[in-house]
Amino acid sequence: MPQQIWRLSIVFGLLVLALALARLFLVPETFGRIGHYRAAAIDSIAARKIKYAGRRACALCHGEVVTNHAAHRHAGVSCEVCHGPAAAHVDAPAEVRLTAPKQRGYCPLCHGYDPSRPTGFPQIDPVAHNPLKPCVSCHNPHAPEPPRTPEHCGACHGQISRAKAVSPHATLECTQCHRTDKQHMISPAQRRPSIPASRAFCGQCHAPEAASPKDIPRVDMSTHGERYVCWQCHYPHFPELK
Amino acid sequence: MKDPDSQDQRLPSPDGSLETPMDRRGFLARSLPVPLTLLTVLQGGQQEPDQPKPAEAAPYKASDHNYSMGIDPARCIGCGRCVEACKTENDVPREPFYFRTWIERYVVQTDGQTMVASPNGGIAGFPPITETGILRTFFVPKLCNQCAAPPCVQVCPVGATFTTPDGVVLVDEAYCIGCRYCIHACPYGARFLHPVSHTAEKCTFCYHRLVKGLIPACVEVCPTQARIFGDLNRRSSPLSRFMRMNQIQQLKAHLNTAPKVFYANLDGEVK
Repeated sequence: MPQQIWRLSIVFGLLVLALALARLFLVPETFGRIGHYRAAAIDSIAARKIKYAGRRACALCHGEVVTNHAAHRHAGVSCEVCHGPAAAHVDAPAEVRLTAPKQRGYCPLCHGYDPSRPTGFPQIDPVAHNPLKPCVSCHNPHAPEPPRTPEHCGACHGQISRAKAVSPHATLECTQCHRTDKQHMISPAQRRPSIPASRAFCGQCHAPEAASPKDIPRVDMSTHGERYVCWQCHYPHFPELK
Repeated sequence: MKDPDSQDQRLPSPDGSLETPMDRRGFLARSLPVPLTLLTVLQGGQQEPDQPKPAEAAPYKASDHNYSMGIDPARCIGCGRCVEACKTENDVPREPFYFRTWIERYVVQTDGQTMVASPNGGIAGFPPITETGILRTFFVPKLCNQCAAPPCVQVCPVGATFTTPDGVVLVDEAYCIGCRYCIHACPYGARFLHPVSHTAEKCTFCYHRLVKGLIPACVEVCPTQARIFGDLNRRSSPLSRFMRMNQIQQLKAHLNTAPKVFYANLDGEVK
């Protein structure tokens, strides 16, 4: 073997040895055991501590509350949504106490009105809805009730009812002109109230021959704006006097 | 190579194994394990199908699972509890630039414009809409898509980010050199550089919870069940039902990242 070949092979041999040594020291022990990564990393990530205990943990001690909660509309809302991460409390129930948000700002995080929220999700306007009153003074967060149906039309149609109250039509009930299904108060968009469809309806009071008090203004129904239903020109919730 | 002369002279049975004709004693001895096997099978069938098994029931075996998440934007109310829970559970920096999960509000206007906002990830809810002429508006929760073909893993020069046998993409904090290649490679903007450790960070599906039989913190606290967590290897689970009953989309599916976060009935404006 020529001299230069074996000298070069010594150099190569040393290089290979250096590479092997470098790999031995630089490549972590568990690298490549499962894939092209350190298998021990999975264990160290898996060993991280949990902060949220999970809904099953709460039931172990607070069974009664959990059972009651599960039977009502907040059943899908985990305890830790409102009471915060509970793992520390589970480990040391006496030392670490959880709190409940009693201030007004918390509930509107879910129940404040936002048009981006799904239709039908219960929402209120936090500014107008019983200002300054803590939500929990009326609503039980463990057993919330669906909102009661309003008792009078003004609850929703405030602008109309306020205008009507100071108009010549103040004494008329809404139902005098609008036939209103009871369901309208529960699902307002599905069951709409009726509106007067004929001129004769207003004529019951305003036609010359109508049997109504004499001071009610009369018009000749045959000549007065015959192409239109009355409310297309007059606003019945606040009719002009003359 | 086997010597052909030393071949066993017994005849092979129909299933190919060599065995002697069975006597009564042999039959009884062999049938002994049958009731035991039956018992194990029956016990296995009684387990609850809906949640991953608690860790103490059986040692956790990663290759049995393939974790995935379903998201139903029609249920999301944008309350931000998931963002809050994620930051708490995983010690994510509180500054408004670091998120493992966040909520976006889409406002599609009548003039065809779409505005997307995520003020502080939605952690404290959303301010009133200022846009006018709203055609439709909705929330979309986002997080790491835990891709089955993750570009972030492909570009990592040191093997510090990887897919576990149970299908979760993780970052090896101790091995990451903070080169930010993965942050650039992620088409979903799901990664960030941790301001203290200077290593890449991302959603882990709360891996430390999964191995204990718990569900991710964001799923745990979602009050409207807009997030559904499950194992793609299980045929009967809330996630399978979600995938069966809805029309499913993935984010940026055309990039062939094979995302494992599935969205139900997603609006075309969501990218």
